[in-house]
Order: sequence, then C-alpha cells, then structure tokens
Amino acid sequence: MIEQLPAIQLLLTLLAAPICSMLRNGDHAWRLATAATWLSTVVAIMLLIQVWDGGVISYQMGGWPPPWGIEVRIDELNALVLLLVTLFGSLVITALRESLRGVMRHQRQSLYYTTFLLCFAALIGITITADAFNVFVFLEVSSLSTYALIARGRDRRALTASFRYLIMGTIGATFILIAIGFLYMVTGTLNMQDLSERLPAHWDNRVIQASLAFFTVGIALKVAVFPLHYWLPNAYTYAPKATTAFLAATATKVSLYVMIRFLFDVYGIEFAFEKMQLSTILVPLSIAGILIASLVAIFQNDAKRLLAWSSVAQLSYMVLGLALLNASGITAAISHMFNHAMMKAGLFLALAAMIYRVNSSKLHDLAGIGRTMPLTTGAFAVMGVGLIGVPMTAGFVSKWYLISGTLDKGWLPLAALLIVSSLMAVVYIGKIIDVAYFKPAPPQHADVREAPLSMLIPCWIFALLTIYFGLDTRITAGLAGRVAQSYLGVS
Amino acid sequence: MTDSTLLLLALLVPLAGGLLLTLQSNSPNTRDVISLVTATLLFLIVLSLYPAVLSGDTPSIVLAEPIKGLSFSLEAEPLGLLFATIASGLWILTTLYGMGYMRGNNETNQTRFFFCFAISISAAMGIAFAGNLMTLFVFYEMLTLATYPLVTHKGNEDARRGGRIYLGILMFTSIGFLLFATLWTFNLAGTLDFQPGGILREHVGPGTAMILLTLFAFGTGKAALMPFHRWLPAAMVAPTPVSALLHAVAVVKAGVFTILKITIYIFGIDLIADTGAGTIVMWVATFTLVVASIVALTKDNLKARLAYSTVGQLSYVIVGAMLANAAGIIGATMQIAMHAMGKITLFFCAGAIYVATHKTEISDMRGLGYRMPFTFAAFFIGSLSIIGLPPLGGSWAKWHLLMGSIEATQWIIVAALLVSSLLNIAYLIPVAARAFYMAPDSPDKGPTTIAEAPLLCVVPLCITAAGSVLLFFFGDSLNQLISLIPLRATQP
Repeated sequence: MIEQLPAIQLLLTLLAAPICSMLRNGDHAWRLATAATWLSTVVAIMLLIQVWDGGVISYQMGGWPPPWGIEVRIDELNALVLLLVTLFGSLVITALRESLRGVMRHQRQSLYYTTFLLCFAALIGITITADAFNVFVFLEVSSLSTYALIARGRDRRALTASFRYLIMGTIGATFILIAIGFLYMVTGTLNMQDLSERLPAHWDNRVIQASLAFFTVGIALKVAVFPLHYWLPNAYTYAPKATTAFLAATATKVSLYVMIRFLFDVYGIEFAFEKMQLSTILVPLSIAGILIASLVAIFQNDAKRLLAWSSVAQLSYMVLGLALLNASGITAAISHMFNHAMMKAGLFLALAAMIYRVNSSKLHDLAGIGRTMPLTTGAFAVMGVGLIGVPMTAGFVSKWYLISGTLDKGWLPLAALLIVSSLMAVVYIGKIIDVAYFKPAPPQHADVREAPLSMLIPCWIFALLTIYFGLDTRITAGLAGRVAQSYLGVS
Repeated sequence: MTDSTLLLLALLVPLAGGLLLTLQSNSPNTRDVISLVTATLLFLIVLSLYPAVLSGDTPSIVLAEPIKGLSFSLEAEPLGLLFATIASGLWILTTLYGMGYMRGNNETNQTRFFFCFAISISAAMGIAFAGNLMTLFVFYEMLTLATYPLVTHKGNEDARRGGRIYLGILMFTSIGFLLFATLWTFNLAGTLDFQPGGILREHVGPGTAMILLTLFAFGTGKAALMPFHRWLPAAMVAPTPVSALLHAVAVVKAGVFTILKITIYIFGIDLIADTGAGTIVMWVATFTLVVASIVALTKDNLKARLAYSTVGQLSYVIVGAMLANAAGIIGATMQIAMHAMGKITLFFCAGAIYVATHKTEISDMRGLGYRMPFTFAAFFIGSLSIIGLPPLGGSWAKWHLLMGSIEATQWIIVAALLVSSLLNIAYLIPVAARAFYMAPDSPDKGPTTIAEAPLLCVVPLCITAAGSVLLFFFGDSLNQLISLIPLRATQP
C-alpha cells in the first residue's frame, strides 16, 4: 500500500473527475470532489513524511523501469509543492459549494467540479512526474481545465479573459513542447534524471541552447514573469467566485516549480545560469515586475484586480530569489512559493466571501465591511499583513530570506528596493483595510451578514496557517533551505 | 511564578483586559473597572520584576525562532524595566483620567477607545521587554497600528487627515529605514540580540557605523527627529488622554527608548565614541531641540505647543545617547522618566481645561487660574519640571545631560541646552502666568468661584504633579536602577 502511494496520489482525483461528471446533483458532486481532494491531501502528507529526511521516492508506472518507462519521483522539493497543491486546493473546494450555490444550476455545478478535479489532478501530475513530456501533457490538461474554469465567470468579460489566457497559455505550452522536443532530439531520452546526466555533453550544441531559450520563455509565460504577465490580472479578476483562490494558489506556483525543476535539475545550474547567464535576464525583469506591478496594484479600485496585480509582483519575488542563485535566495523563492500560495489563496477566499454577500469587489462596495463582516475581514487583515511581510507571519520569513539573499550578494540598493516594494504592499493592502474598517458602509449594504461558516472556517484556517508558518518554519524554510543546499552543494 | 512567566504576563494581561472589556461594552462601569484592574495588575507585575533585575539578572523567554539565529524573545533589563514602569504606572492614572474625560465630554465609541488603549499598552510592554531588535520592531509597528484608531477617534475630516500623516510618516520611516537598518545589521553581525556592549563592534567600519546609526535614528520615527516630526502635532487631534499617555509617554518614549536601546545594546557606546558614528544624529537632534522650542513659541493652541515641546524634549534623550558617555546615558534615561511625568501632567491639565471650559487656545485662558486653581498649579509645577528647575525631577535629567556634554567637550551642545531651557521658560511659563495674573476676558460671564473639571480628571493630574516634586527628592531609588544602565553599555 505504502509503496503505491505515488500512483494513488495521481489517480485519486483523476478518476474522481469522470465520476463527478456523471452525478446530476451538484451537492453530491461537491461531496465526491471534496472527499477526493482531502484524501489526496492525506496522501501528500504521508509522502512528505516519507521524504522528510532527504529520501527520494521513485515509482515506476506499470513496472517499466526508467528511462524507458514513466517514472514518478518525489523528493523534498516536489513533496512541498504537492502539499501546497492538495492542502490549499482542498481548503478552497471546501468553501466552493456555498460560493457557487445559487449562481449555477446543479448540472453545471457537477461539470464545474469535474473541471476542478481535472485541473487538480493535472497539477499533481506535473508535480510528481519525472518525465519531461509528461510535464507538457499535464500542463496542457491543467491549462485547458483552467480556461474552462475561468470562462464560467458570470461577467461576460470572463470569456475574453479566458480567451486571452488561452492564447498566451498555448504559446507558452507550445514553446515548452518545442524545448522538450529539442531535448529529445539531441539526447534521445525524456526522463529528467537521464536528461540531466546526458546534457553536459551537449552544452555547446545550438539545439540545446535554443531549447533552453524556448523553455525559459514558455515557462515564464506560465509563471507570469513580467512582462509576460499580460493574461494574469484579467484571468484572476473575472474567474468566478472562489476559483481565483485556487488558481492563485496553485497554477502559477506549479509552473514555478517546473521552472525550478528544469533550470536547476534538467538543464543544471552550470548550464542555465553560468554558461547561458539566465540571471542577467531574470534579475532585471523580476525587479521591474516587482516595482511596476506593485505600483499598478496601488491604483486599482477593484479588490480582486488589486490582489491579482499583487500576485504578479509576488511571483517576481520568487523569480528574483531563484536568479540570485545563493542559498538564501533559493530558500526565499521556494518558501515564498508556499507562503504566498497560502496567503493569496486565503485572501482571494476571504474576498470571495465578501463578494458572496455584497456582490461586488469594487473598493467602494467593500466600505464598512469590517463592521458588517468582522470575522471575514479579520481573516483578510491577518493575511494581508502576512502578504506585506510583517514579522510573525509567513510572509516575513520568505521576504527576510530574499533580502538576506540580496545582502549576501552585496546588492545593497536592491535590498533597499525590496523594502520600497514592501512599503508599496503596505499601501495597497492598507487601501483595502482602510476602506473596510474606517469608511461607513453604503446604505444598501447595511444588512450584510457574516459569511456562512463553510466559507469562514477555511478562511480562518488560511489565516491561522499564515501565523503558524510565520513562527514554525521547519516545513517551509526548513525544507526549502535543504533543497537550496542540495542544488548549490552539487554545482 | 518565574520571572520569565511574568514577562509574558506583562504582554498578555493588557491584551486579555482589552478583550474582556469589549464584552462589557453595554455597562460602562464594569468596563472601566476592568480597565482599572488590568492597569493595576500590570503595574504590580512590572514591579515584581525589580528584585531580579536589581540583583543583576536579566530574566528572558524565547517565544519562537522562525529563522535560525533570529527569535522572538523577551528580556527584562534595567532600561526596559524603567520604561515599562513608567508606561504601566502612568496607565493607571490615565485610565482614571480617561474615565473622567471621556464621560465628561460624552465621547462616542468609548469601548473601542479603551480597547485600543489596552492593546497599545501591551505593545509598549513588548517594546520595553523586547529581547532583540526584530521583536522590538514587531511591537513598534503594533503600537503604531493600535494607536491609529485612537488618533482618528473623532472620525471627522480633521482626524482622518491627522491619522493619515500619523500612519504615513511612522510607517514610512519604520519600514523604509528602521527595518532596512535592522536587516543590514543582521547581515553584518549575524544576530539581532540586545547584548551588553553591542553586537556591531567587530563588524563595521566608521563609515558604515555612521550610516547605520543615522538610518536607525531617522527610522525610529516615533522619536520625532526633524524632519520626521510632523506626525506628533498631527496626532494631537486625538482625545487628550491619548495625547497624554501615548503621545507624551508611551509612543514617543518608545521612540527614544528604541534609539537608546540601539545605542547601548546594538552599537555600544564605545563604538560610537571611538568612530564618531553619532555625529550626524547628534547635530540633527541639537537642531531639533532648539528649533522645536522656537516653533512651540509660535503656537497658540495649547496641545500644539505641548506637542512641539515634546519634539524638542525628545531630542534631549537622543543628544544624551549620542554623547556616548556614562553621564549622557544616565541623563538620557532620566529625561525619559522625568519628561514623562512632567509632560503627562501638562496634557492632563490641557484636557481638564477642555472638559471644564472647552477652551483650546492659550490666548483664551486668561484668568482661568482662579476658576481652576488646582489644574493651573499643577500645570505650573509640570512646566518647571520640563524646564529643568529645582526642586523638580526634571532638573536631574538636565544636570546629567549638561555634565555629559561638558565631559564630551561639546560646547555648542552645552550652549544649545542652555538656550533651549530659556526657550522652554518662554513658551511654558506664560500659560500659567496668564491664567493667574491676567484678568479674564469677560468677567461677567461664567462662574467666578472654583469650577474645576470632574474629580476623576483633577486627581490624577495632582498626583503626577506631586510625582514630579517627589522625583527630585527621592531620585535615589531610581538611580539604583539607572546606574546599572551605563555599565551594560560598555561591557565587552
């Protein structure tokens, strides 16, 4: 049983999806989907415990040994990403039922949960597979289901947002496919480990160099690295209800994981960063992303869009951390991947709870919501403070490592810029908090009540986790630090 | 109960009291009793830490360690204990006074008011007992955020504008400079723990030391160094009990306390003395203490004048710290205590005048002395203590500061201190003098007999005025604690 866990992890939600589509009753579909996702969370935790001491789980699909068969490989890095996807995905889907009730018909709800499960399963697939081509396949499955999820938004602009994401996402996926094709062409293998062993012999091969270029651009689109972030704000803004919480927590983070896996493992640090000098591109782009996206966020009047722009900035933090290429930087990137997924999912969820009551995410409609929905707003405030990076919250830990990383490099001005960007986060989060607590509620929202418990509880779990991971960092920064050590130790 | 538990309790008691009193928002009497009991309990907790600290111990407790080498921890040492004693002791009086003031003025949202007050005190305790710079930073920000609703209490446009300036300056300086300097320090020294004699000694050259110290001083916006002093006059839109305890004692003292703490436990005065790292800060502070006094002269609004007076008096502490000798440190520490006692008296008086007559401008207060003799007598005593004349507590602080600057052969600072004292006389004495020696504006209106503010307002201000006198005669027990501080500033 225990040795079959990787396969169970992959198949659990993948098989639940078609069953879900056959259920006519939306509530039953929700029960099935929630049960499946929580079960896979349990599996993810078990896997994390197994690899905790640096062990690696290698599972051969169908008993075919790699590099011919498909291998599932779980180490400390993707065990953490696995926990991120399953735990935060499960929390969001738990809150989804109430959020969708009354918005969608039952039949539609079943299909919605089916798409959700497909996306969920595909993200798990990307995370645990050790096969480069599999990454592409799952990436496509997750992207296609994401387009469908976004298009379900009630606002008609959701359709254009989804279409725009589809175009950009397809370009990205195609580039990744080309990159993987080039790799296969030169090395004749698709297994990641095998690839990383064979590649050093071909470093001077133009095809491999082109492959790296295609991959970087393609994945940068998926991660929404500035200036390829174009699709993200609209997609997040118009995605229906709590769906945004799921997307913000998982989709970009898993793409970031793929970026780490390929650049650090498959291509290797020496090739990607020393020979091909990726840092010289990624560092300026991420700095620009941090500053510009934060600035744009400040001027938003829609809370959802504001948080979406903040995501662009936060993703740039992670890319910057990677590009710093020192222990603190990589630790920052990986732990911020987890911490930001948690905080942003929670923020979007709390916002969805507010939207559930006031039917708008415009700032002026959220006025005075701190008084009418004190518990939801309280959770929002806690996570907002975490996003800013206030000590004793999760956001602080990853930001601390990031700034330490820049200081270790001796880049004092960059450290100062990061502080400035934190100040900008204070402004844009403060904008929401200020409206919520210190502005009087408009008369039409006078009878707004607290969000239903099924949404409130997941919100507060996110909020409490934000504090918990600010104090106990063994799982986040601890694991991330070990991963960083292993990458830098080898090179 | 161990001393480390007591430390934790000092944080939790006001928090718990604050939460408890929100449950009693419908019965003001119960609520105010809870406030009072909480304040008294906290004061007793702080006092019970004295035996250990006086015997040279530093009880400490580690709450969490999220990053290796960087923990959230509490520690009681002499300077922090002194600050905690001042803040918690004066909280009792302010609670009494606040009950009288808020009821006398029929203020709204009284429960929120007392709740935020309790949170602010908890934050002040956190600052006092922070075991390292990061913990201090957390509570420093908590204090800013908890006092923001108090500043904007009135809720009108004026209050909101004041609140924006308040939050804007304090957040900008603390995140922009203080946090940055903190991170830099950690990167250099590998620790942020407050250690006797400092942690930076082997890690910085003179240039870096000066930049860092300047960043720290300007980053501590609560210390109101010019040009980042504007938040303090802006905060005067708050109800007077807030101005009294928070903006004359807890918040501003938290600022200069932070600078002192950094001087003593992060740099160590030897480092500052050897490298001259404090030069910029010292001159900015000297400039501030003279200019703020001149600005105070021009203000007719009593609270605005007191605010600028506070700006000036805070810089005494900073100058004392930057002198980097034992007398300077002692003077700075004493100034924290003495100024707190004197300035809270003055603010209590300003509030009492407002409750009794609704007057805020000094020019309207002619002849009020006969209607409110206790209030104005207390105001006079408080003024003398701020100026630094014997037989009042404030004179000790000024004395040690002068000694310190003479010892450091900083003659310009000696001159600045003397000029500033003259200016203090010029802007404080006329307030009481007008009230007693000039005829009222319209003698036929209003009662000519004694018509003081409610008893709950008048009694606390008499107590603090008496306190200023007592501090002069019984400064010894205070000295016992304060004399421990310079020792810790130089130990290797």
